[in-house]
Amino acid sequence: MTILFDGIAYGMVLFVLACGLSVTLGLMNFVNLAHGAFAMAGGYATAILMNRWGWPFVATLPLAFLVPALIGVLLERTLYRRLYDASHLDQVLFTIGLVFMAVAGTDYLMGSRPQLIRLPEWLSGRFEFLGMQIGRYRLFIVVVCGVLTVALQLVLNRTRFGSRLRAAVDDPRVARGLGIPVERVFMITFAAGSGLAGLGGALGAELLGLDPLFPLKFMIYFLIVVTVGGTTGLTGPFVASLILGIADVAGKYFVPDLGAFIIYTVMIVVLVFRPRGLFVRS
Amino acid sequence: MSAVLETNALVKKFGGITATNAVTFALEKGARHALIGPNGAGKTTFINLLTGVLEPTSGRISLDGKDITNVKPEARVKMGLVRTFQINQLFAGMTPLQALGVAVSERQGRGSDWRRVVGTKATVTDEIVEVAERFRLIDVLEERTGNLAYGKQRLLEIALAFACKPRVLLLDEPAAGVPEAERAELLETIARLPDDVSILLIEHDMDLVFSFAKKITVLVDGTLFADGTVAEISNDPRVRAVYLGEGEHG
Amino acid sequence: MPSKAAVSRLSTLGRWRLAEILFWLAAAASVPLLTEHHLVLTEIAIIALFAVSLDLILGYAGIASLGHTAFFGAGAYAAGLFAIHVTNDPLLGLVAGAAAAAVLGFATSFLVLRGADLTRLMVTLGVALVLGEIANKAGKITGGADGLQGVFMAPILGRFEFDLFGHVGYVYSLVVFFVLFVVARRIVVSPFGLSLLAIRDNPLRARAIGIPVNTRLTAIYTISAAIAGVAGALLAQTAQFVSIDVLAFHRSADALLMLVIGGTGYLYGGIVGAVAFKVLQEILSVWTPQYWTFWIGAILVAIVLIGRQRIGNGVMGIWARLLGKGGAA
Repeated sequence: MTILFDGIAYGMVLFVLACGLSVTLGLMNFVNLAHGAFAMAGGYATAILMNRWGWPFVATLPLAFLVPALIGVLLERTLYRRLYDASHLDQVLFTIGLVFMAVAGTDYLMGSRPQLIRLPEWLSGRFEFLGMQIGRYRLFIVVVCGVLTVALQLVLNRTRFGSRLRAAVDDPRVARGLGIPVERVFMITFAAGSGLAGLGGALGAELLGLDPLFPLKFMIYFLIVVTVGGTTGLTGPFVASLILGIADVAGKYFVPDLGAFIIYTVMIVVLVFRPRGLFVRS
Repeated sequence: MSAVLETNALVKKFGGITATNAVTFALEKGARHALIGPNGAGKTTFINLLTGVLEPTSGRISLDGKDITNVKPEARVKMGLVRTFQINQLFAGMTPLQALGVAVSERQGRGSDWRRVVGTKATVTDEIVEVAERFRLIDVLEERTGNLAYGKQRLLEIALAFACKPRVLLLDEPAAGVPEAERAELLETIARLPDDVSILLIEHDMDLVFSFAKKITVLVDGTLFADGTVAEISNDPRVRAVYLGEGEHG
Repeated sequence: MPSKAAVSRLSTLGRWRLAEILFWLAAAASVPLLTEHHLVLTEIAIIALFAVSLDLILGYAGIASLGHTAFFGAGAYAAGLFAIHVTNDPLLGLVAGAAAAAVLGFATSFLVLRGADLTRLMVTLGVALVLGEIANKAGKITGGADGLQGVFMAPILGRFEFDLFGHVGYVYSLVVFFVLFVVARRIVVSPFGLSLLAIRDNPLRARAIGIPVNTRLTAIYTISAAIAGVAGALLAQTAQFVSIDVLAFHRSADALLMLVIGGTGYLYGGIVGAVAFKVLQEILSVWTPQYWTFWIGAILVAIVLIGRQRIGNGVMGIWARLLGKGGAA
């Protein structure tokens, strides 16, 4: 049961990390392999603020969102937007380049050691509930990520911005004709996706670890979430994240020898038989 | 005369929509046959069924009396059932010479040969010469396909199909979009296609239909609406009502 | 007859141009002239062969792959294990590496060919990751993260012993590279190779002129995998060691970068790219040993932003001038 709960917490972090990618990939049709770099930026923002300037953990979280979101806006305006119409291969090459730069750059600025984040007293330790050992921090993650998930769903499905985004993606020309500021919608979406990744990176630093190789290590996880979950909505990626989280935690606990093998294989199988994701109504 | 290509009660449904409704059709040997019908009549679906890109919901297709309903598209081409496209489908990165080289090599069964340089066999080059001359492409063989005049591209479109030595050639609006100045050359080339090639012309342009076809089949709402000689069809009041009338307005 | 003459020009695709011959003569001249650089030149020959194998599927058949190193790695491990457990004859080892990679390529081709571009990128990446994970976890066989040690090779053809300075290793790699390059070069100007170009340009039409698209793609994917496998095997044999790094993601990315630098679809792009990549790597890693990947990344970003096509056309233009009209396919 504890494993189940840990897996859920892990999966939820993955979802917050990856949901931005599922928007850029699914809605904007942009393959952003550098998504993990934004997550890493958030994680490092938190680490620096806490370890160098002594900020409390929770107070750093807004900045863990804002810093990558700003970097996102900057890069979107200057670089990414030029490639919206490029081939997937070009997008992949471009973002791999960004990943290499982010990895080496972070290493240069921050050193290659993993960053440690010391959680506040009230978030550490475990308590017992209905016979389950529940980590306080994991519960915190589940709650925060749960709220974020619900909020995201509401924004995408119920607000004017959500419908504008969907219109902009469906047919940018028509949307422009209707007076929707397509460029701005894309920019805000990209920024929000990057910010959420950063938040995920900060929240997950304790679970996933944080070092300069983060974008490479977790790239495949994000891609799994998005490809397995499909890109037509957020429910698919959410379910996929939970399954992936639980499977990964359980796998590492019960069959450590197999490692990530099972997960990769599942991804390939899903991609081959359901190329648009597991949860797409065909 | 006997039929070379036949369909028997051919049906294609997309979900609840019936795009092809029990079409029984025959193309005779050496035919000059036109398939007409208003937009959305199901002509494209019908062609895709014939070439094997789509699988019929029910019904049969046969070529020379052989059932080809379950034969793969590329195998149908090798059996002599070849199509052209309404919108040019050319190989942008290749010259016309290379494209014809691929088509002819493939037709002669050398497509998977990797040991020989392409075009070193006289049987291949002779056939390319023949096709290129017939379609007046000799002068542009080494130009970039994308740089060709539209009329030449249109000729190449048909030449590629012809290089497959079709017994049945499906021409999908061959003259579509060709500027007036280049039209005569194209129409003349089509008119001079060998008699033993049976041709089904899918066309909107009634002038071309009447000048080219001996027989006409009219498709409306996926159903075979009328079938007959040019004179019969052009005098059929029902056809005039649903199709020719529309054509006058449109 | 003028028509005949025009059409007969088709076979000139296969003709060796002067610049090509000069290039290979220069490569041969590096054997006696650049003796102190043989180790690095060996590496270049190996990654160039790897890049050429990727060009066969990317440049000619239009299959984008993020995991081509799966075949490089499979070839390397197969050759290493073959040397340890079966026989340490180098040539047989190459065959083993090629065979292992070809089997893997053939098997995975069916997964890769099903999807569109994006799915292909993911599936190829996934296949390489799975192999990396297997190599990592099957430590008893592969040596795991420490790499496969104890790969000792017998003399080539029983006569030429591998030496410490890599002289024999270089000649061996260069000869193997040249032989496979000639094969690849013949493939791309054959009817088979041209049918791949047709598929790349327009799969719909390719099918409509009777080309069995999937069969052809499976064939070239398998061939490409086999050649990548030989490249991996060469590395295992000349280094006498297989590092788990042969299956690392960056190797696939590096090969893509080489093709991006040198251009796709004319085979020499892989070689130009490999030389440029290695030179860059050497310069950058002297200048900034730990962070050279930053600049590699920056180059990728810059190239894509400027436009691969534009750069490619530039490179092609230079080559076309060197090679005479038309270039080598």
